[in-house]
Amino acid sequence: VLDPSLVTEVLQAALRTGGEFAEVFVEDARSSSARLDDGRVEEVTSGRSRGAGIRVVAGETTGFAHTADLSAAGLHAAAEAASAVARSGRPGTATVALAPWRDEGPDVRVLPEDVPKSAKVDLLTRADAAARGAGGGVRQVSATYADNRRRILVANSDGLMAGDDQVKSRFAVQAVASGDTGLQTGRESYGLARGFEFFGDFDVEQAGRVAAERALTKLRARPAPSGTLPVVIKRGGGGVLFHEACGHGLEADLVGKRASVFAGRLGEQVASTLVTLVDDGTVPREWGTYAVDDEGHPASRNVLIQDGVLTDYMYDFLRARSEGRAVSANGRRQSYRHLPMVRMTNTFLVNGTEDPDEIIRQTPHGVYVAQLGGGQVNTTTGDFVFGMTEAYLIEEGRVTEPLRDANLIGNGPEVLALIDVVGNDFAMGPPGTCGKDGQGVPVGDGQPTLRVQALTIGGTAA
Amino acid sequence: VSGVDDVAALIVSWAHPGEELEAYVSHSRTTNVRAYQGQVESLSAAEPAGAGVRVVIDGRQGFAWAGTLDEGVLKETLEEARDNAAFGQPDEFAGVARPDGVAPPALDLVLPGLRSAPTDAKVELALELERAARARDPRVTGVRVATYADSYGEVAVATTTGICAGTEAGMCYVAVSPLVEANGDTQIGSGLSAARAPSALDLDRAVADGVDRAVRLLGATKPASRRVTAVLDPEVTAEFLAILGATLSGDAVAKGRSLFAGREGELVASDVVALISDPTDPGAFDAGQVDGEGLARRRVPLIEAGSLRGFLYDTASGRRAGRASTGSASRGYSSTPSVGAPALTLAAGTRSPEELFATVGDGVYVQEVSGLHSGVNPVSGDFSVGATGLLIRGGALAEPFREATVASTLQRMLLDVAEVGADHEWLPGGPAGVTLVVHEVSLGGA
Repeated sequence: VLDPSLVTEVLQAALRTGGEFAEVFVEDARSSSARLDDGRVEEVTSGRSRGAGIRVVAGETTGFAHTADLSAAGLHAAAEAASAVARSGRPGTATVALAPWRDEGPDVRVLPEDVPKSAKVDLLTRADAAARGAGGGVRQVSATYADNRRRILVANSDGLMAGDDQVKSRFAVQAVASGDTGLQTGRESYGLARGFEFFGDFDVEQAGRVAAERALTKLRARPAPSGTLPVVIKRGGGGVLFHEACGHGLEADLVGKRASVFAGRLGEQVASTLVTLVDDGTVPREWGTYAVDDEGHPASRNVLIQDGVLTDYMYDFLRARSEGRAVSANGRRQSYRHLPMVRMTNTFLVNGTEDPDEIIRQTPHGVYVAQLGGGQVNTTTGDFVFGMTEAYLIEEGRVTEPLRDANLIGNGPEVLALIDVVGNDFAMGPPGTCGKDGQGVPVGDGQPTLRVQALTIGGTAA
Repeated sequence: VSGVDDVAALIVSWAHPGEELEAYVSHSRTTNVRAYQGQVESLSAAEPAGAGVRVVIDGRQGFAWAGTLDEGVLKETLEEARDNAAFGQPDEFAGVARPDGVAPPALDLVLPGLRSAPTDAKVELALELERAARARDPRVTGVRVATYADSYGEVAVATTTGICAGTEAGMCYVAVSPLVEANGDTQIGSGLSAARAPSALDLDRAVADGVDRAVRLLGATKPASRRVTAVLDPEVTAEFLAILGATLSGDAVAKGRSLFAGREGELVASDVVALISDPTDPGAFDAGQVDGEGLARRRVPLIEAGSLRGFLYDTASGRRAGRASTGSASRGYSSTPSVGAPALTLAAGTRSPEELFATVGDGVYVQEVSGLHSGVNPVSGDFSVGATGLLIRGGALAEPFREATVASTLQRMLLDVAEVGADHEWLPGGPAGVTLVVHEVSLGGA
């Protein structure tokens, strides 16, 4: 990507005004996507973004500049802009010695760029036909195929040099059904850190049928209840609960600013003893997986909560440095145009012991959530919400009528304490994009079937 | 870097005979300063630029983009777009915009004070913002973020059909998130002031909003579930308007994804509701001379006295519906145009928020909502969102509540609007904020 001697020179130049730490992050990202809507492949798109972000740290201050010009002149201009804030430091000459690093290429079998576009488009038309074949009520179908390849190189003045070649593939179908109760929607999406070989194992027609059936089922759904009930969440359908209920609150940048309900609670019981929560960027081929984070540190498996006890937070370079501890490789950024910050990777609840069917049988009255949508949390209070996109009533220990979309609301620490059964059927969920301070990054989540004794459901039924 | 209009014209000059081509080119300058504990936490400065190229050949559309204005890369990008077009399926309505004779509004959206502001002055604004937030109230225990940010730049659109247009815009803002604490309860607030130039920013107001609105939530409890009259904070109204805007997209209507399809002329809202999209209003932060396809921005009435007047169109959705584009194409360089709803605004009423509270008597004041992206289905119109705010009792704001939900459908909510406040104000997110009184909302709590 870049000549190491040029990178060394730029790092040294960046430290000339007195900065203590400098970093060059180079990214070459390519993406392609195709979208079908209204029965037609509307467009095929390709995108390309290449550039470098340079940061300089002096004391508590970070200077940052980025450029799409990877020539020596372009990089030096960015280094000068980034180092302008470091003028409080003592000017001098720094010597940077970079560790050698070898690009090993992506860990996939079929690079998306080597696949004919016609094969990608064909996936869309197959999903469309399957969704439309699912029932007469299906009125509209859209489907999206997307892949991207992101090659990064990170080098810093501590001598670290590392890189990664990240390939991802994603597919989503949305169906609209129409009936006496108006319009309803259903969606299904899959995504993994894999190349086009992904579509050898994953059935796009099945995805189309699932999306259509979700929409059709909701046509006969009744309004969700309004109030507090036991909630059983199907395996792989509700990992976002942990992402919102406590994941964000365990990010060390928020903890360090006391903007988290979990600040100062290491070693304390913060959840039911059935809860062991892990953030793991090493799970092979998962959506939130990488070889190194966007600060060049190898991904790791971090246990955040063990048997209900808070064991650790997630860290990036700056947060770890200020606390004098090791990073946890959670430093991520949306692109070379962004500063890194603490972000999750794949966050999941580990398996319990209960038979999932038994969990439902043991619930006289409640809600069964097969799929949650997105969510949002106020880390300061711990209050969170997330949407149910496929849910049913539980009556006398049986899953009965479908419910219309509604939000669930709760408080992180309270809900974690109210988890009273955890199943033995762990599964990862659909691919997610997590937003924080205006940056989106791919994240995974997962959980076995579980029950929360009481959650507030924001429906409209009395 | 030569001007964005030159780059757009250059790309169009590479068109082959028989193909329609559109180049969208943007270039901007951004600054972002964050202050923390009396120091600059970070200072970022950048000049992002990029181009998107759309090619339509025999009704097949292809698109490609690049985050650079490098001529060699742009040539490759055009080749990619051409190649992509071969895999689209023919659509009789596909195509780039054609000049429609409508003159763009004369707007001056980059004030000289924004271009000339020195970095030191921007840094000082961020530091002052944090200082003022800490000093505002003894219950402030910290400030999670105190930011100054600005951005200004140019966009140009050129096509083989004779479009050659551009727009320039800039804005800046300060935003602060103070942490407040009392009796073991913590809340985080958010205060914001946006303007076209740093000298017009109102730091005092951002700080007062950020701190005072967080302080009044201290000690909040979960309310009882019931049906109530809700008074929406102006920012909450603006968030709902943004979602409503998506349902009024001509593309969603044509493809059967809008609850308003086929209902032009019908009563869809209470008679106090008048909604327009007006990006020609220079007060709107998403005002502009031209849209994402290079057509003049214009004023589009959507609902008048509760009756549905029309929808928003870009070129393709307009052709599909047999209508002209309303100049509502929205985009950046990395995407094709889609129908947007810029500068949405409700016609203001006559009474202040306090007068509205007095009229309502008993109800809830919804200060913040959360989970809109997951809790509102713009196709079915069902919504259910997290809500935080204050009870209204005896005609005035009373104790705070949290961990509640408000739910209804967009359609019912529009019909249940009882009154629109007089406190109309453009917000940086796009739509204008105004206090709104809505009857019969389901409040979910204990």
